[in-house]
Parts: sequence; structure tokens; C-alpha cells
Amino acid sequence: MFNNVRLALKLGFYGGIIALFISVIGMVETFDQRNIINGVVSIGLGVLLINVLVIGYQTAARIGKGLVQPGENGKQTARARAIVIGNGSLAGAVVSSWLALLVLVESQINLRSVLINVSPELISLLTFGLETGAGALLLLFLGTLFGGLGAFTFSLPSRVRRPLVAGLMWLAFWGLLSGVIRTTLSEIGIPSVVAKLFVKIEGLTPLGAVIIFLLAIAINLGNQRWREPLIERITLLPPTRQRYFRFGTWALGIILLLALPWIVGRVTSDTLVLVGIYILMGFGLNIVVGKAGLLDLGYVAFFAVGAYSTAILTSADEISAIQISFWAALPIIVIITGIAGLLVGAPVLRMRGDYLAIVTLGFGEIARFIALSDWFKPWLGGAQGVINIPSVALGNFLIVGPQKLYYLILAFALFALFISRRLDKSRVGRAWEAMREDEDVAETMGVNTIYYKLLAFAMGAMIASLGGAVFAVKLSAIFPHSFNVEVSITALSLLIIGGIGSLPGVVVGAFALVGIPELLREFSEYRLLLYGAVLIIMMIVRPEGLVPSTRRARELHEDEAAQDDWLKSETERNIITPAEL
Amino acid sequence: MNDNNKPILELKNVTTHYGPILMLKDVNVEIRPGETVCLLGGNASGKTTTLKTILGMVVPTEGDVILAGDKISGLNTTEIVTKGISMVPENRRLFKRMTVLENLEMGAFIRTGSKGIAEDLERVFELFPRVKERLGQRAGTLSGGEQQMVAIGRALMANPKVLLMDEPSMGLAPFLVQQTFDIIQQINEQGTTVFVVEQNANMALSIANHGYVLQTGRIVLADTAKNLLENKMMRQAYLGEV
Repeated sequence: MFNNVRLALKLGFYGGIIALFISVIGMVETFDQRNIINGVVSIGLGVLLINVLVIGYQTAARIGKGLVQPGENGKQTARARAIVIGNGSLAGAVVSSWLALLVLVESQINLRSVLINVSPELISLLTFGLETGAGALLLLFLGTLFGGLGAFTFSLPSRVRRPLVAGLMWLAFWGLLSGVIRTTLSEIGIPSVVAKLFVKIEGLTPLGAVIIFLLAIAINLGNQRWREPLIERITLLPPTRQRYFRFGTWALGIILLLALPWIVGRVTSDTLVLVGIYILMGFGLNIVVGKAGLLDLGYVAFFAVGAYSTAILTSADEISAIQISFWAALPIIVIITGIAGLLVGAPVLRMRGDYLAIVTLGFGEIARFIALSDWFKPWLGGAQGVINIPSVALGNFLIVGPQKLYYLILAFALFALFISRRLDKSRVGRAWEAMREDEDVAETMGVNTIYYKLLAFAMGAMIASLGGAVFAVKLSAIFPHSFNVEVSITALSLLIIGGIGSLPGVVVGAFALVGIPELLREFSEYRLLLYGAVLIIMMIVRPEGLVPSTRRARELHEDEAAQDDWLKSETERNIITPAEL
Repeated sequence: MNDNNKPILELKNVTTHYGPILMLKDVNVEIRPGETVCLLGGNASGKTTTLKTILGMVVPTEGDVILAGDKISGLNTTEIVTKGISMVPENRRLFKRMTVLENLEMGAFIRTGSKGIAEDLERVFELFPRVKERLGQRAGTLSGGEQQMVAIGRALMANPKVLLMDEPSMGLAPFLVQQTFDIIQQINEQGTTVFVVEQNANMALSIANHGYVLQTGRIVLADTAKNLLENKMMRQAYLGEV
């Protein structure tokens, strides 16, 4: 009992700090300009709301593990449920008390001289326009209510809980993307009179919200009911029929992939191209970091070399001495960047781990400074960069605009995917893996570590150069400041979040870290903050990444199991028999 | 066994430095085909450096390492390994995240020709039936004794002319040490030349033909194993006799 309350207070305390933090840095107020559901809840309040709901839910989940058996009925359960919900409400109250405290303190002392974001607008937002006292009370009440609601959600049986949570998540997701949806709808020719009923630029309409909520629930329920029987029925079919299904899924996937830019429209296609570039970079960096185990924090250097060689070889600007077509330039670009990879790789061959990371970080910055420098200005354009990079022509067909550029990056990404897949099963992949595990022993097995390290750097660089080339063509002009350390960090983060070594993970990571922030312009100011937060949460909750490679997930979990086994064997050591050998 | 044979692996007046520090001075070792030779010595006597010098991870400042008549000192590790030397490293050092089978396959990394590799895999399975049962398991989850088997198996997969073993007894329970040395003997009887570096002199000499004793980088004793076991100084310094 006492432990439960202490847990609720602890979680509420953490949640309160988060709520206070995002309020004080101005996130709540900035996000208040946009709504999840028009006239009901803004993104700013939504963030606070989700925070409270999650804290309530988590409190319930931790307390309720042994208490509530989902789907069980009777008095025992009713009592357990009451405990869970009570503690959830308590946690929610603690969360909101931090905000109430902020409101009260602000009414006495002017915090704005230090915390510039504690504006009257924020306060009136938090008090719902009421006076200080009444507002603080309302805040506390709402915190308690939603904390309790979060806990209540947990206490529901899972067949009810899952669709409900799915519905809320869909609502939040599509609400955030409402601006994009609206643009897309009007681009693909839905008359604005119709579209306006469901979604506006500032947020979903209540009608749209209800539809999305119901749709999510329907899909979730349908999934619950029909998914497994369907899979079962397919596996029962004769192999030839099964092949039809597999073929059908593939065909559907390919058609979807090809039609995607025309479904989502111009604006979103632009984001897709950017995401594609990062997917490509993720594949490349995965070779260096994921397979060969060389932590490279200066990956942007190769992206820059790719972009700059594209620019210099193809630009119509006077800086370019030779002006050749993109396709003629492509092999040269790849080779130049591959050589750059060798040049970066050679001096760091003897370095490991942290040292390697620091040195490569330096190389990344060097690349940018070279591009910026006046000394190289006649060849690289200095701070003015290189302009007039022509579009790519395919015969007489010009690849102009994001919707067509999408196919270029898609082709490159599929190529990189193919290479990565082949490497996985090859002798080279095996050598990298051995090297990553134990460099010295790999060497005594006859793995030429110098050769394989350089190979990893060169291959990673070559793949990044393709991304750089598309980037240059996409913008038709490049500037040194585009190639800062943030690019390296993003590429590495998406790898970690997706799951190091996992190719689908790269795709998911790129959409999560590049796609979503790009679509949610409001977030861009807080992008690095969110990266940091997401990375920390991932490392705690799911260190193997969102879509882990089976191998790595197995490792992480086996490591835990191995530790347990070790502890066990330590205690049982004296009863090991010679039969062990 | 046949002392008239030319040595398969020979260290001739080898002197090795780590930077300015002298590690080995004028070391002479001869290993004849089919023999088991052991190199004994305490901590920091230069045992591991000797192995590193043979494998080309350290280049001797003077003297030569000769394998089957060819000078190999100065070549890089990959080339030396390809010429037919493989090692069971100290503390086994398996690739912990790879499966047992993948570890064994890594041992055959330098080889081409899947037939020979498959044959040697069978040979490893014959030596260590337990390893066959664990093929799909991650090497890091094996017990110490099993890891030792895989480490030896991995080195055998290279089908070496000379098998180097760096302190095979280290970190193993006494009965496992005994088993390990039985296996070394068995491998030797199947025709592989073995060079064992050990602190456990009794154990090593019990299976070796010849022994060398290393002290701060210098060979201080070299004789047949039998004579060494009876040598007075040896018995006092290494075999625990007062």
C-alpha cells in the first residue's frame, strides 16, 4: 500500500518535471497555435494531456501487474481496480501540481526575466483563462481526472484497451499531420468544400476526429479478430496457392511504392525525397557502424563530397570547368567519394572506439571548413556554394520536381539495400563481424583488418555519395552550411532508433527522425531536444531499436539471460561434474 | 619424435622489442614436424610475445622466424596464417555473439574449397561431440570448458601445419585442464604439430617432446621434456619442489 503511493508520487514527480520543462521552454505555447481537434484540444495542451495520461497509465501498469488480471471479475478485482485508479489519479495530481505551482509562483514573482517563455499567454493557457486560484484548482482537478483516466485505461481488458489506445494514438498522429493532409487532399483534387468538413489547416474538425477515431478502432478490432485466422488459412493452402499470396503482397507493395508520390502529393513527396536521402545514408552508415563496428561521427563528410563533386562536375555555373551529364558524372562521384573514404580511413586504422569517434567527428568538420574556406573558393565556391546544378535527364525525360526525384532516390535506395543484403551473407560481412567482435583474434584467423576497415569506410562513403548527389540535384544549389554535424548525428540517431544492423530499422528510423519533424514544422525548433529525449527513452525502454535485427535483439536478451545463468552457476559452481566438458 | 627431421617452425636468434623495451633476446626454438613442444615461463617472461612474433603481429628486430624452410618474419599476419599457422588465443576469446558454427567457419576464413572445410568440420565434431550439439548456440553462452573446445576447434578449422596454443590451462578448473591436455595430445597424435605456451609446467611437459624455459625474454633451459622433468633447477623453480 505504502509502496504503491510512493511509486505514484515518484512517477508523478517525474511527469511533473517533464510538464514543467516543456511549458517553461515554450513548447506548450508554440504548439498552442495548432490544434489536434479544432476547438477542442490544441497540440500544446495535447502534449501535456498525453503526458498525464501516460504517467497515469504507467503508474497503473507498475502497480497493477500482480493486482489486476485483465478480464477477471468479482470483488477482488473491483478493489484492485480502485487501488490502481486511485494511485493513477494521485500521480496525475502530482503532475499537475507542478504546473499549478508554476502558475502560483508566476502570480507572485515575475519569472519572465529569467524564463522568457513564461508568458502571460502560457499562464492563461494553463489556467484556462480563469483567475490564478481558480485556474490552479482546475488544473489540479484535470490532472487528477486524466491521471485516473490513464489508470482506468490500463484496468480495462486488453481487447477493449488496445483499440482505445490505438484510436487515441491515431487521433494524435493525424491531428499533428492535419496541415499536411489538407495540402495533400487539395493537391490530389478533393474539392476544398468537402475536405473542409474533415480537416482544416489548423487541425482536424470534430467530425474528422470522430471518423479517424472510429476508423482506428475498427481496424484494430478487425486485426484482432481476422488476422490470425487469415494467416492460418493461408498457411493451410497448398504451396502453389501460397505463392500467389506472397506474390500478391509483393506486387501490392511495389505498386504502392511506385504510386506513393502521386498519392501524397507534391509537398509530402519533397519530404519523401529527403527521407529517402537519409535512408540511403542510413544504409551506408550501417555498413560502417553496424557491420564493421567503426563508430563514424563524421559521416557528413562523404555526403558533402558526393554533393560537391556532383555540383562541380555538372553545374552550369562558371565554377565548373567541365560540365558533364549527371549519369556521366555519377561513376566519377562515387569513385571520388570512395577515395575520400580511404583517405579518412587510413589515418584512423589503429584507432578504436571512442578515439575513432572523436577523430571522425573532426574529419566531418574539416570537410565543411574546406568547403567554406576562401582558399578553396575558386574550386568549391566558398560560402556562396555552387549554384545552377541542372536536373537529371533520362533521355529526353527530365527528372524535375519532388515527385519524379522520388524515383531517383528510390532507385538508389533499393540499390543500397541490395548491396547491404548481399554483404550480410558474404565473406566480407563475416569478416566485418569478426573484426567488430575481436579485432586481434580476427587477425589471427587471417582477416586482413586493414583491408576490411578501409573497405567498410570506402563502401559507406560511396553510398553516402549517392545521397549527396541527389541532395545537390534536389536543391540545384549547395552551400557549406548544409553539411554540418547535425547530418552525421541524424544519420547515426536514425540507425540507433531503428535498431543498429537492421535494414527495415533504417527505414523506420528515417521516417521517425527526418520525415515526421519535416512534416511538423512546429517541431523544428525543438528537433534536437526531441532527438535527445527519444534517444534516451529508446535506450531505456527498447535498446535494440524499433525494428531490431533478430540477431541483435537475441544478443541483448541473451546477455541478460547469460548474466542470470552466470549468477546461478556461481552459486552452483561446486556441484559441476566432469561431465560438463 | 624423429629428431633427424628438419624443423617445421624455427625461431633463429629472435630479438623483439616493444618500442624501446626489449621483450625477447636471442631466442632460439626448433619445432619438428609431428612434435609437441612447450614453452614454459612465468608472468611477463615473454611467452605471449613469442607467439605474437611468430604470427607477425610483432616484427622481430633481429633474427628470423622460419616456417618449413621459408622465412616468414616480416610478412603480415594474414599471409603467415595462410601459410599454415593458427592459434588458440589465451582465454579462448571466441566471437561471443556468433554462433558456434559461425566461429568454426571463421577459423576456416583463409581457406577455399568447401570439401576440405567440411572434412575438417567432421574432424572437429569427432574430437568434440559436444560441439556438434551446440552448433546453433551463441558462443558467449557456452560454459568455459565448451568454449575451450570451440576455440581449439576453430583453430583446427584452418587445417594448420603448426597449432599454437597460448596458455590453454588458464582460467579452467583442474579437471578441465587435464581434459584439455588430453585433447592436445590427441590432436598431436593425429599429425598436427603443436606449440604450447604454458605456466603449468608439469602439465605441459607431460605431453610434450621438448620444452623450452623462458625467463625475462631469454631461453634459460632447453631440453627434452623427460630431462626437464628431472632437472633440478627446473623442479625447484617451476615444478613446485622445495
